[in-house]
Amino acid sequence: MSGSPYAPHTDAETAAMLETIGVADEEALFDIPDDVAFDGAFGIDARTERGIRDECARIFGRNADATEFLGRGHYAHYVPSVVDHLSDRAEFLTSYTQYQPEISQGFLQALFEYQSMLVELTGLPVANCSMYDAATALAEAATLADRTRSTSGDVVLVPGHLREGKRAVLDNYCAGADLTVESYPMDDGIADLDALADRVGDDVVMVYAENPTLRGCIEENLAAIGEIAADADALFTLGSDVVALSVLEEPASVGADVVVGEAGALGLPTAYGMGLGIFACREEHLRQVPGRLVGASEDAAGDRAFTLTLQTREQHIRKERATSNICTNQAWVALRAAIHAAWLGPDGLVDLASDCVREAAALADRLDEVSGAAAPVHDRHHVREFAVRTDQPAAPVADDLADAGFLVHVVGEHLLQVCVTDLTAGKSDDLVAAFEEVI
Amino acid sequence: MIHDQADYTREEEAVHEPLLSEKGEGTVDVREESPLPDDLTREELTLPAPSEPEIARHYTRLSQMNWAIDAGPYPLGSCTMKYNPKFTEDVAADPNAAVHPDRPDRSVQGNLELQYRLQEFLGEIGGMDAVTLQPPAGAAGELTGILIAKAYHEHHGNDRSEVVIPASAHGTNFATAATAGYEVVELPSGEDGRVDLEALEAAVGDDTAALMLTNPNTVGLFERDITEIAEIVHDAGGLLYYDGANLNALLGRGRPGDMGFDVMHYNVHKTFATPHGGGGPGAGPVGVTAELADFLPSPRVRETNGERGYERFEPAESIGKVHGFEGNWLVLIKAYAYIARLGDEGLRDAAAKAVLNANYLAERVDLEVPYGPFHHEFAATAGDRDAADVAKRMLDFGVHPPTTKWPEMVPEAMLTEPTEIENRSSLDDLAEAFDLAYADADEALETAPNRTAAARIDQVGAARNPRLSWQALDGE
Repeated sequence: MSGSPYAPHTDAETAAMLETIGVADEEALFDIPDDVAFDGAFGIDARTERGIRDECARIFGRNADATEFLGRGHYAHYVPSVVDHLSDRAEFLTSYTQYQPEISQGFLQALFEYQSMLVELTGLPVANCSMYDAATALAEAATLADRTRSTSGDVVLVPGHLREGKRAVLDNYCAGADLTVESYPMDDGIADLDALADRVGDDVVMVYAENPTLRGCIEENLAAIGEIAADADALFTLGSDVVALSVLEEPASVGADVVVGEAGALGLPTAYGMGLGIFACREEHLRQVPGRLVGASEDAAGDRAFTLTLQTREQHIRKERATSNICTNQAWVALRAAIHAAWLGPDGLVDLASDCVREAAALADRLDEVSGAAAPVHDRHHVREFAVRTDQPAAPVADDLADAGFLVHVVGEHLLQVCVTDLTAGKSDDLVAAFEEVI
Repeated sequence: MIHDQADYTREEEAVHEPLLSEKGEGTVDVREESPLPDDLTREELTLPAPSEPEIARHYTRLSQMNWAIDAGPYPLGSCTMKYNPKFTEDVAADPNAAVHPDRPDRSVQGNLELQYRLQEFLGEIGGMDAVTLQPPAGAAGELTGILIAKAYHEHHGNDRSEVVIPASAHGTNFATAATAGYEVVELPSGEDGRVDLEALEAAVGDDTAALMLTNPNTVGLFERDITEIAEIVHDAGGLLYYDGANLNALLGRGRPGDMGFDVMHYNVHKTFATPHGGGGPGAGPVGVTAELADFLPSPRVRETNGERGYERFEPAESIGKVHGFEGNWLVLIKAYAYIARLGDEGLRDAAAKAVLNANYLAERVDLEVPYGPFHHEFAATAGDRDAADVAKRMLDFGVHPPTTKWPEMVPEAMLTEPTEIENRSSLDDLAEAFDLAYADADEALETAPNRTAAARIDQVGAARNPRLSWQALDGE
């Protein structure tokens, strides 16, 4: 087999087709000048399907066998089998953007349902059907603030505790919009309200807060943050995740104008950071929303039908005046998240989120009893994760824990961060024992 | 050849399949159930509460109302809808690959090795010296490339304000340049459909940061003057950006790096057959010449010195990040598996058969194709018919129609890209669908489609009265 196994042409067929076209061979179809034509080799040997499965299994087998008590923006929970089996249906997986809605009703409806779930979770009336991840969603919120705020300001305020990668993405989008990113201080794991109030003024176009915060703390002053932002006519953008949103204060009720964050906590396994960006907002920003929106309409028979809508916001129509350059997004991940949410139902979702609160509190209490460790560092309620203070330097402690098969974050000279979910709660005893061993 | 497109309608209720919310919702008193104090929680949560069998039927029915590559021809121009090999799903589902991005290097050697190998593959295929896998889509790759160009110019003390883009380019190019803070200079197409060198000379100058170019371009034409184009742009101090949307035409026959391009993105969901997933996730790795390698996003992956292994590192002048973590990892695994399956010969053959199929199909259809010689795609014109209506009628003949009314240089364009996966008989069917629709009566076109799950959908009404959630439908 020397050709592509996925090109079905027999030699006779190829010959007949070339004859129809009126050329002698395939080479004659290429109009590439000799001086730029490539006649070398890539040096990539074709493998069999089975060979590649073995090869990749061998490669991935080199990842250490470890239990990950890791979070800080990338979370996973048990994904039921039904998610794989339904989302892997080829009608979903091998379709593309719904440019012909009459033959794409299935995916459009699934995305409409996903949008609706986000509307319920955020309390905001508009949710798009996905951004790449929480970081790019936050960056898009900043450029939306730049387009919609009447103030002449150019400052985006973010929490002092913001994941470095998220900040780096935000910086890149803000630079293009001539916005400046500044951070406000934290007070024991949540926003320092007084410092924030002092800082916010006419020059601020957006105030960003997270709930839970990067350290896993539940933000206690959301409504006050919303008021501070509103008083300065700044956009209030709130970051969260789809599981936490099911129990924490409803964003609309605390004055959030935009909600961004991760929905990949449902529907995706731990995926090396691959995510699903949430973007929801108030009605007044509808025509400034980035990305795809699915709307309900009617077909010629008078039946309810769905279609991509308000496409004049988008790059393929509006070009350099589009609200974003996003085209391909995370639609299939949104489908998966919606199936997962449907499987959990409201009871299951609230139970899952509540367990994230209970397990974090329980593990923090137990680690606090380990001599040489104190947890949680911040005197707050937590979701999934919390900081641990270690008497010894944190980095070697984390190394020793890794040697024992447990991975935790190092977030300061004497600070670790531990994240526990339904996937790892069963190993909490072992983690505590390992802590006792290494410190 | 005619067969019904997927359809499922509950005629008595004027809906095709009820919404999940219409099948029954549940409400939870969150303050009762959660362990948190009331002032930190929402009051209640109302969401659908279907059983698993109901979920299975709901999504199965929805899937039956959705066209897909596995259902039949999907010649959507510029989208490269090729078959997605099933085994790549199994490769990507390896639980050992499902790890957290914050693992230290030593405990994630497997992922780093696969990333490194894929970087090497892509570098070879594009003729580029260094590659990042981080951008999560083609447009994100474009932004990465333009940010790299910007950082490069700033590093050399050049304040450049413009990006030059041919009028026929993908909309993302324009939007990307604007996102990066550049003014867009639109380059009119030459009479032969390619870049007009004189117009290019006039458009570039001291303010030019980059020219973004798709090659073959969006009507499938190879930019024969690419060496001169590169010279003009480089002489002006600008960089040459390659939009990888049409790379499928060039595999093994031309490499952007050999043509003078400085930076490029790859659309792995197009060229390397990862599933389009109803609109994503894709991945848009970016390759650059050695001169630009220091500006790539952080982290990159390299082999460790001496001992066997891999490590992440931050390039010296890195632009930072374009995705919160490492990009769309599961997609990248599938791309690796596809490239490894095909190897040199298979990749070269994919390009040959993609170009063969486009040329054969163009020969078979009655519609005129104004520009050529084209490669993997062609823009036919519907002439005095409305291309969008012709497309709707094609739905009735059991195929997905081409991209319509774009690029604008072809009136009533039908941009068609059959890819290498169709055999002759399937292309003959496709040609027949084109011809039947094109020749059909005005009324048939205007009232099409008739054999699909939904009849023609009111787009104007959808935009005029946006109803974007089931909450918005309540009370109707």
